[in-house]
Parts: sequence; C-alpha cells; structure tokens
Amino acid sequence: MKHDEWLPYLLLAPSALFLLIFFVFPSIDVFLLAFQNSAGEWSWGNFQLMGDDFNFGPAIRNTLLLALAVVPLQIGMALAMAMAISKLNRGRDMILYIWTIPLGISDLAAGIIWLAILEQYGFLNTFMFNLGIISQPEGWLSYQHPLTLFFAVVIAELWRATAIVLVILVAGIGLIPKEYAEAGEIFGANAWKRFYKITLPLLRPSLQTALILRTLLAFEVFAVVLVLGGLDLPVLMGETFRWQFEYREAGVASAYAVLILVISIVFTLFYLWALRVPEEAQG
Amino acid sequence: MTTQADSVAAAAPRASAWPIVWRWLFVTVVFVLCLWVLFPIYLLIVNSLSTPEQVNAWPKEFVPGFFLDTLAFFWNFEGVASAMFNSVIAALITMVLAIGFGAPAGYALARFRFRGKTAYRLMVLMTRAFPMPLLALPLAVIFLQVGLDDTLLGVALVHTALALPFAVLITFSLFMGIPFELEEAAWTLGCTRWQAFRKVVFPLAAPGMAASAVFAFVISWNEVFVAAILTVNNQTLTAFLVQSLNESPVHVKFAGGLVLVIPALIFIFAVRKYLFSMWGIANR
Repeated sequence: MKHDEWLPYLLLAPSALFLLIFFVFPSIDVFLLAFQNSAGEWSWGNFQLMGDDFNFGPAIRNTLLLALAVVPLQIGMALAMAMAISKLNRGRDMILYIWTIPLGISDLAAGIIWLAILEQYGFLNTFMFNLGIISQPEGWLSYQHPLTLFFAVVIAELWRATAIVLVILVAGIGLIPKEYAEAGEIFGANAWKRFYKITLPLLRPSLQTALILRTLLAFEVFAVVLVLGGLDLPVLMGETFRWQFEYREAGVASAYAVLILVISIVFTLFYLWALRVPEEAQG
Repeated sequence: MTTQADSVAAAAPRASAWPIVWRWLFVTVVFVLCLWVLFPIYLLIVNSLSTPEQVNAWPKEFVPGFFLDTLAFFWNFEGVASAMFNSVIAALITMVLAIGFGAPAGYALARFRFRGKTAYRLMVLMTRAFPMPLLALPLAVIFLQVGLDDTLLGVALVHTALALPFAVLITFSLFMGIPFELEEAAWTLGCTRWQAFRKVVFPLAAPGMAASAVFAFVISWNEVFVAAILTVNNQTLTAFLVQSLNESPVHVKFAGGLVLVIPALIFIFAVRKYLFSMWGIANR
C-alpha cells in the first residue's frame, strides 16, 4: 500500500501546524518581547523595570515559598491516599471519584470556595466563634495577617491540586507487578518495609512526573492567590497579569514570563537529574 | 474483643494481619479525607443557596436557607449572562478544535511507524514542561495585528493549545487499545481504510473520544489567566469574575463559584474512567 506512506503525515499535519503556530513560535516570541524595547531594539529595560518594582522581590519569595510548602505536602498526602486506594476493596471507585473531584475544579472556583470558609464573616470564624475561641470575626486574609494569608493559600492549593498527584501515583502503582510485594511478604518484609523498599523505588518514574508537573503548576499559581489575597500576597503570575492587563506593559509582563520559564526549566532539569532512573532499571 | 477480631479475620482473610484498631483508624482517615474534599464544596453550596443577607450575616448558618435569591441576583448582575454564554462558546470551539486536530494525530501515532514520530511526540511532551498560559502574552500582540483581539475565537485558539496535547495523548492510548487485527479483518472483507475506520474503529473509540472532548471543554471552561488577559469586553465567566473581583459583592463571587463548579463536577464524573489511561501513558 504505497499511499500509506504519506497518510500519517497528513493525519499529523493539522495538529503539528497548530502547535507550531500557537506553541513553538509564541514561546520564542516571549523572549523577543522581553528583550526588546518598544522601538524594537535589544535592551534590558524590561528586566530593569521588573526588578525595580517593589513587588518583584516579594513575588519571587512568595512563589518559591508557596511551591516549597505545597509540593512536598501534596506528594506526601497523595502517596498516603494512593496507598489507601490500593488497600481498598469495597467502595474503591467511589472513594477515588470523590478524591479526584478537585481535578475538575477551576483554580478560580477553588479560591472562591476557600474564600467562603476563610473570609472575615466566613464559616471558619463562625465555627470558632461558636466554640468560643474567638469573640469577634478575625480578618485572617487581611494584610495585617500575612502569615495566615499564606497558610490560607497553602490550604486552598492542597485542597485543589493534590488530586492530580494522586491520579499520577495511582496510575503508577497500577503498573507495579503485584508479585514483587508478594515476594517481599514471603521473605518476611513488613508492610512498611515493603512500601519503603519495593513500592517507593518502583514508583520513581511516576513520582518524577508528579513532582515536575506539580512544581511547574505551583509556579503558575494565580487565581487562588488573587481571590484570597489580591495584592497583599504578590506572586509571579499575578504580577505578570498586572503588568499586562493593568499597566499595559507587555514588555515587562514578558520579562516576568521569561523569569517563570527559566525557573520552570531549572527545576525540571534538577528533578530529571535528582530522580533519574538508573539505566539498568529502565524497562 | 478477641472473638470480634477473630470473626473479622475469618470474614476477610486479607485483613487478618491488621488489628481491628488499625482497621478503624484506616476507615476513619479515608472518611476524613472524603470530608476534606466534599465539605468545602458543601459550604459553597450553602452560601449560594442563601439570601445575600444570610451570606453577609454574622455568625453564619451551616445549613442552606434554600433561597434562590443569590443565584438570581448573580444571573441578573450586569455582564454575567453574556459571560456565561461566552464561556460556553469558547469551550465548544476548544472542544471541536482539540478533538478535530488531536484525534487524527492520536490515530497516526498509534497505527503507523514513520520518520519524525519521535520529534512530534517530543513536541507534545514539551508542552507539559512549559507554562502554557504564558503563551497568551505574545499571542495577545499577534491577535491585535490580525484582528483576533478580544474575540472568543482568540481565547479558544489558546485554550486549544492547552487542550490539544491531552487530546493527542488520550486518543493515542484509546486507539492503542483497539486491536489492529479488527481493522485488518475489515480490509480483507473489502473495506477501504476510511470505511474500516468509520465502521469498526470509530464505534469502539467513540466513548473515549467523547471523554477527551469533555476534557477539552473543561480545560477551557476552567481556564482563568489566558481568558482574563485576552478579553476585555467579550469576557468569559472566569475572566469576568477575575476582572470584577474588587467591585462585585461577595455573594456574586460565591454564586459564580458554584456556577463554575457544577459543570466540572458532572464532567469529571463522566470522564472518570479515562483519567488514568491518560496519566498512565504520560509516565512512559
């Protein structure tokens, strides 16, 4: 069948062309926008404007701290949930569905959900008031309480985005042959040892995928922070939005984009190196 | 106590190694984690089904008042109805484009060996390591030049860039799961390649393709950053909520949150079977 030779290319062409126009070219274009001034000359001007802004330092600090606080907690929590799922017999599908519900929920909606709980006249304050812990509504999300605002974002992010890690890990555990754990059991390894010596090492590719994905998404945290903290907790993506949408400075916004991109690439490479799967173990 | 433990052990041999205390602790933890996911959504529903006065009251009630005032207020709030309509349109365009471009690519990757396959797969995987919403910045400039600025098509095109890699990967794993022999059998019985696809492969793949279409819809429906940057007058619902965050009263936010959540809940329920085929393949 001679005509089959060009058929795959014909089938791929639309999507390849689309990704070329809407992914490859724009991702080069971001750099051009960031490193050129409005006259089209090469310049560091955008980066200088970005660095001189009083929100720049806090935005970097908050974004990195958020990722540092959220991602390890999510990996730990998802790992525990995935192990629990593998132990379940009855109700496994039901529990799994419930636990993956946040996967379908927009970060904006997640922010609003936690706003309902954590705002000054919200459910948490009512609950604490009813218990007699507080005597009047406390503004946990106000700029006077930067620490509780930070924790509020951490909790909302934990609630929203642990599900994606869970799905990756459950899929990964499904790929591990049951025989390994059974062999471990026969040789007298207890449950903790089987988890630590058998499941965890074999789960490394999935953990790597989950870590990379979640860390990159953590650097893109935007709507949750915007809803809960607004400008009181500047983050990189929020600053990008502000420069683009409010100040109409596409160059500076692109400089932020380049910064986020560089941080993302550095972390991806770090994880690929730190969690590399040994040659001989590759299937 | 021992007799009880014995009877449990006899009923469930797998659990015999587990003391009864641990079993109860396990069940409790699983239950608490279910509450952790569901209870915040319940509280949002409470807020949305109360009157605006109840939403702003102190202290609050933990049961809904079952009034539709807040939702009605939200619906009549200026810009909301058109924003919801815009969100649906953008999501529908995204869905059609993502499946229209993604499914043929998934089929080609599953059925053919050809030069350039690795390069293509690499490009698709690259999108995973790239903060895709940032593409809205350079594309905003380009859209301004070609007259796509502040249009739903512009938003949908960027959303398609977000959804297309997923559509390719899901349909790829879908077609991999349909035996090639079935197609070959159809050919030997006189079908052309297209007929074999339409009559044999497509009916088998249809549910999965519907799932990935739904997935593309949800990606667009939920997306905030791109929509908020690319639209000014033709806002989608998320863009509207973000851009009016400081002006709109709290009960409008809560009603908006619920309207965002409900379709997502239904959709995730519909596609739950396919979540894993997607991420299972992404690990390889």
